[in-house]
Amino acid sequence: MASDKKYWQSVEELTNSSFVETLSKNEFVKEIATDEFLGDKETLSTSSTTRRDFLKYVGFTTAAATLAACEGPVVKSIPYVVKPNDIIAGVADWYATSMADGYDFANILVKTREGRPIQIMPNKDANATTSARVQAAVLSLYDEKLRLKEPSKGGKNISWSDADKEIGAALLKLKDSNSPVVLLTGTMASPSTDKIIQEFIVQYPNVKHIIYDAVSESATTDAMMMIYGKRALPNYHLDKAKTIVSFGADFLGDFHGGFEKQYVAGRRPETGSMSYHIQFESNMSLTGANADKRIVAKPSDQIFALVNLFNTITGSNIPSKATPVDAQVKQMASELKKAGSKGVVLTGINDKNAQLVALAINKALNSEIIDVNNTLNIRQGNDSEVAQFVIDLKAGKIGGLITYNVNPLYSLTNSADFAEGLKKVSLSVALSTENNETVDASNYVLPTSHFLESWGDTQFNEVTYGLMQPTIQLLFKTRQLQDTLLTWSGNTTKYYDYLKAFATNTILGGSSWNTALHNGFFIKENTSVAIASEISIVDAAMQLSTLAKKVSGFELNLYTMTGLGDGKQANNPWLQEFPDPITRTSWDNYLTMSMADAKELGFSNPVKDNGAIDGDYAKVSVNGKEVIVPVMIQPGQAKGSVGLALGFGRTFGLKEEMQVGVNAYPLYKNSNNIQFGVTIEKVSGTHKFACTQVQKTIAGRHDILKVASLKEYKTVEPKDHHGWNKPSYVSYDHNEVEANTIDLWDEHNRELGHHFNLSIDLTSCTGCGACIVACHAENNVPVVGKNEVRVGRDMHWLRIDRYYSSEVETREEAKEKGLSRGDTYKALETEAENPEVTFQPMMCQHCNHAPCETVCPVAATTHGRQGQNQMTYNRCVGTRYCANNCPYRVRRFNWFNYANNNEFDFYMNNEYGKMVLNPDVVVRSRGVMEKCSMCIQMTQATILKAKKEGRAVNTDEFETACSSACTTGALVFGDVNNKQDKVSALAKDKRAYNVLDYLQTKPNVVYQVKIKNTNEA
Amino acid sequence: MKSVALHSNRTLIFLKSFTIILFFAFSITSYSQEVDEARQKEGKNLFKSQCASCHKLEKKLVGPALANVEARRSNEWLHKWIKNNAELRASGDKDAIAIYEEYNGAAMSAFPQLTDQNIDDILYYTTVGDPKAAVAAVAENTTIVAGGTNSPAPSWLIYILAAAIVVAFLMIASLLKQVNELKGNKAPKSTTNIKRDLKELWLGIAQNTFLKFTSVIFLLLISAYIFFGSLYKVGVDQGYSPLQPIAFSHKIHSGDNKIDCQYCHSSAKHSKHSGIPSVNVCMNCHKNIAEVAEGTVVEWDGETYGKAELDKEIAKIYTAAGWDVENLKYTGDTKPIKWIRIHNLPDFAYFNHSQHVTVGKIECQKCHGSVEEMDEMYQFSPLTMGWCINCHRETKVDLKGTEYYDKIHKELANKYNVEQVTIAQLGGLECGKCHY
Repeated sequence: MASDKKYWQSVEELTNSSFVETLSKNEFVKEIATDEFLGDKETLSTSSTTRRDFLKYVGFTTAAATLAACEGPVVKSIPYVVKPNDIIAGVADWYATSMADGYDFANILVKTREGRPIQIMPNKDANATTSARVQAAVLSLYDEKLRLKEPSKGGKNISWSDADKEIGAALLKLKDSNSPVVLLTGTMASPSTDKIIQEFIVQYPNVKHIIYDAVSESATTDAMMMIYGKRALPNYHLDKAKTIVSFGADFLGDFHGGFEKQYVAGRRPETGSMSYHIQFESNMSLTGANADKRIVAKPSDQIFALVNLFNTITGSNIPSKATPVDAQVKQMASELKKAGSKGVVLTGINDKNAQLVALAINKALNSEIIDVNNTLNIRQGNDSEVAQFVIDLKAGKIGGLITYNVNPLYSLTNSADFAEGLKKVSLSVALSTENNETVDASNYVLPTSHFLESWGDTQFNEVTYGLMQPTIQLLFKTRQLQDTLLTWSGNTTKYYDYLKAFATNTILGGSSWNTALHNGFFIKENTSVAIASEISIVDAAMQLSTLAKKVSGFELNLYTMTGLGDGKQANNPWLQEFPDPITRTSWDNYLTMSMADAKELGFSNPVKDNGAIDGDYAKVSVNGKEVIVPVMIQPGQAKGSVGLALGFGRTFGLKEEMQVGVNAYPLYKNSNNIQFGVTIEKVSGTHKFACTQVQKTIAGRHDILKVASLKEYKTVEPKDHHGWNKPSYVSYDHNEVEANTIDLWDEHNRELGHHFNLSIDLTSCTGCGACIVACHAENNVPVVGKNEVRVGRDMHWLRIDRYYSSEVETREEAKEKGLSRGDTYKALETEAENPEVTFQPMMCQHCNHAPCETVCPVAATTHGRQGQNQMTYNRCVGTRYCANNCPYRVRRFNWFNYANNNEFDFYMNNEYGKMVLNPDVVVRSRGVMEKCSMCIQMTQATILKAKKEGRAVNTDEFETACSSACTTGALVFGDVNNKQDKVSALAKDKRAYNVLDYLQTKPNVVYQVKIKNTNEA
Repeated sequence: MKSVALHSNRTLIFLKSFTIILFFAFSITSYSQEVDEARQKEGKNLFKSQCASCHKLEKKLVGPALANVEARRSNEWLHKWIKNNAELRASGDKDAIAIYEEYNGAAMSAFPQLTDQNIDDILYYTTVGDPKAAVAAVAENTTIVAGGTNSPAPSWLIYILAAAIVVAFLMIASLLKQVNELKGNKAPKSTTNIKRDLKELWLGIAQNTFLKFTSVIFLLLISAYIFFGSLYKVGVDQGYSPLQPIAFSHKIHSGDNKIDCQYCHSSAKHSKHSGIPSVNVCMNCHKNIAEVAEGTVVEWDGETYGKAELDKEIAKIYTAAGWDVENLKYTGDTKPIKWIRIHNLPDFAYFNHSQHVTVGKIECQKCHGSVEEMDEMYQFSPLTMGWCINCHRETKVDLKGTEYYDKIHKELANKYNVEQVTIAQLGGLECGKCHY
């Protein structure tokens, strides 16, 4: 390592230097208040339980427990009456299908056990990726609290046939009076559904179909419409890019559905070339965190910078303004010109003019990266149509309203107008999977099936035609939208038959329906070629810069969080407990603010002695709307800008624990993610965050992380036995010797059988966290709730540590300057305005020489021959010595029973939620330690499959939940005793290193040094 | 309780044997006069092999009931019909067409292979029916024999043994007495003396520290042994035999009829679960088997189930499957059977049947006992961890022919210098192999 970097995890570490030492000494952050209780004589004497009573109770309960244990419960086994041929109890079936819930779209594989979906994985054949939300969608299926169970009218249950009759009659009446009816849906991206809606409109010409996306990218589709004559999102082949310049486009997050797979494919250090990625942004986004160079610019500066870039590249002279980042813009312009057609510019500003300028720059570059032919159909919302519709609705011009899986009463800025207008319509029908405000305000409520219970087709881009098939019987009395519309159109065909005929006749072109259904997708030829029309960009650019010139006050950048997105799955405990990759905070949204602004306005994030973080409240006002939100100080936030996540603050019908955060949609005027003229005022009150970033302290051993530049990687040969780790010395026999030469443990013989290793490529890991949710689903990891997370009792087996770093003086330099250790951190403070960010997935390292195994008094944690550090729950007595002795802080203790416990009413406490549990993994009970098992149930299953088929295990056949969920290929699992397995080469790669190797734990998890392209020659 | 049952049994046995003797005399005389047993037997065999899948004597099945069919049709017509009914229908025979239509056009297969003699034998059998009494008598006889040998014998033995022990005690006592007398001591005669002796014995022990110490230790050890022994039994359900909703006898199915275990428990070779067969698997056979054979008995929950009870048990399958016995149709009205699970492993122990059945090629009986001899199924093995581990330590599994094991077995055999490695040597004792 050439540069000496300081890694830090939280702002507090910088401002309070003694903090690291304090926390590192506190293993158990919350002390039990025994002294308080015993010291208080008064309480003791007034206590009604005497010592004798106490002993009696102890005796009685012990005896009762013993007696109760003697009698086993009677277990019933109820076999099928007629067993379906493809189901064998105890053997998982996988189905290929698609997810489309209006915001998240993916080609997926669904694992089912005994007819219940229990896990979602990406359909890698379809080149698909899954995010944390897609992974977690399987739990939303079993949301018995929020899902609608049967049709109702005015709050009273009604049969489907009666509902059809009444609504049919009402529709006819509206048709006769030619009163407009609006069908309001989210983006469905389903060709057959589009056709059904068209046919429905033929029957009822007074019906208008309006598409409404809560989180809109309408500006981009409008811009595409203007230039290329088609309402769709452009596609970006970032794998082929040489230079990527992004102005606030979070393309590793939710921008156009995300491009992480393509992005990472273009960044393989071993090929010797990596794309160079520059991010101009105000919020610290996942994309900015991964960028080679992140340039802090508040939204208005981004706009000027975009115009300036346009000027420089095209040589035009549109009036703009000088920005603090002009030097970098110039540099970018030359970089882009150098890259030519391999360069691309993206912008996340949801403004048509900004998008037009970006498209124009790409056109001027003749960029091959942007693809306007194979476009994306996953955001079809039309903001202007929606705005006009709300005006009409309020004016009483709409006769009937049919909504499908949208919740405008929650997600519209002017939801009051909508509510007012809704009262004026004569027919309001809500077709919805889940209960929400809009459903509640509608007259007819018709439950629709979850996508895992439905037939369907999808067309996310122009070439991949996806199919959707049910993976479970209907849980409730639901019916699909398509079947409902077919019925109302007077078509007696079942949607399944309709879909089959539609796909066979118009899409498959002679290919087998069964094959397409089996694969879950069908690749067709793209025939559409977009032709650019000549329009003047100058006007657009002019308008854009005039808009930004009027700016005053704070600038608010609304964004979507990796966990909750647009808020559709707000009642999903996995996603609520999912820590945000950047702030590492769960169960909340908050106003992100730069350190400088926070200081000025008096906001702070004090760390409590139990490791939890508190925050102050701010009143945010914009356009006459006000919200009160807690403030989170965010390193890397542009001064003068603040960020706030959409999708939180839903309350209607949600479980009480999930009613967290603040609804930011009222501030989302004109669906623009950038809002100017924001005022911020500190108000009283303290907010309690559930933030995990400082809890798993690794006691200052920050050399756990290794980052190098592409140049270093190419030129530096890591020393043979240290790799990227610095040699460390210890005193042995009064001599200083290398730590590696001393070992407390005997060597294991690892030559026989399998030896599992997991390789984690820090270059490819974007921190998206899909692996975390996959791990939850596979291993029945419990959800513990906000209060428990706050005190550091989260149960994540796999976490993704986020480190900020800045280059500082080495220790020697600091000594020269007379700086204490704390001061070096202080010196970082200015650097913290824009730190570098590195993600590091951290789970049990499965040490060959495991410190935890040595200290277990009951041998509950032992080492397997295959390299796994095994945890035997039934043997564990809960001393927690192992957690104490683990240098990686990856062991999790069950402080409570998280299943069948009303105190933890998340999903393991009801019959529906429990259906998602993996039957091959035990649900742990109170008082035992648990941790990553390297998915031993999966490796064992793979071995058993090979044995049953009488063959050796195939190359790369071994998988873990995290490695199969990882679509960028950062996590690779396999058997290093099979030389053909990918992981064998990776374990010996030039970039490979073990974390904290001087401890001699010899982990079976191997990391690959993160390589950043610093664009040096 | 037991003794009461025995008493009643004995009277029953007497009564039964009496009636049977009477019956025997009666039936033998009556049968010898009218029935040609050879023809009857021949006819029955043919009927079983050729006709029974669609016909019964007394009941409608796929085709009509055939008892006394000769009374309804002419012998000539029957011959034609049986040999090739389609030809007969084609010739325009009204009766043939009528019966064809009555059964909704379900065509009967042709039997050109049957000779006229064969057909006559079958028809003879349909007329005279089963050799009922004889079978009943034999069956009753066997029950007597079974009853006679099974239950009283152990108690006889116990009485004899008890008597022997008492006699031995008496002999020892008298010997001791003689020894005492020889020593010159007078035998104690009164009860007060015995009391005094006991008291002296107690005092002797109490005064002797060593004796006191050892007996206390001994008592403590005994009670600890009993205490821990009973604690170790907690949760061990060896012998657990809950009352099942249907009196299903593994002995009849697996023992008498030799049905392969995995015909019904088909998922044992594929899955972690052996699986309880779904009702449609039962119906594969029971669609045609509505009754048990005469004289079938099953020991069920301390009672003996005969044909009358067992036929009712079979009817439970029909209720579950929604099978209309009259019209021989599925009604669709199903009621799943709620079996009681016998082998309950705790949640934290992972066990996979296919690993043992398919890969290890272990006989089912190794863990489940001689199921083919059990009327009522029970848990044969303790299913404790010690029991698992012992087997893993001792078992040398034949790994030949499984490519997966080829390399590792060779290497391990070399390492341990053995011909065949045990499961333990393969890593089968690691905690994580069964607990995750």
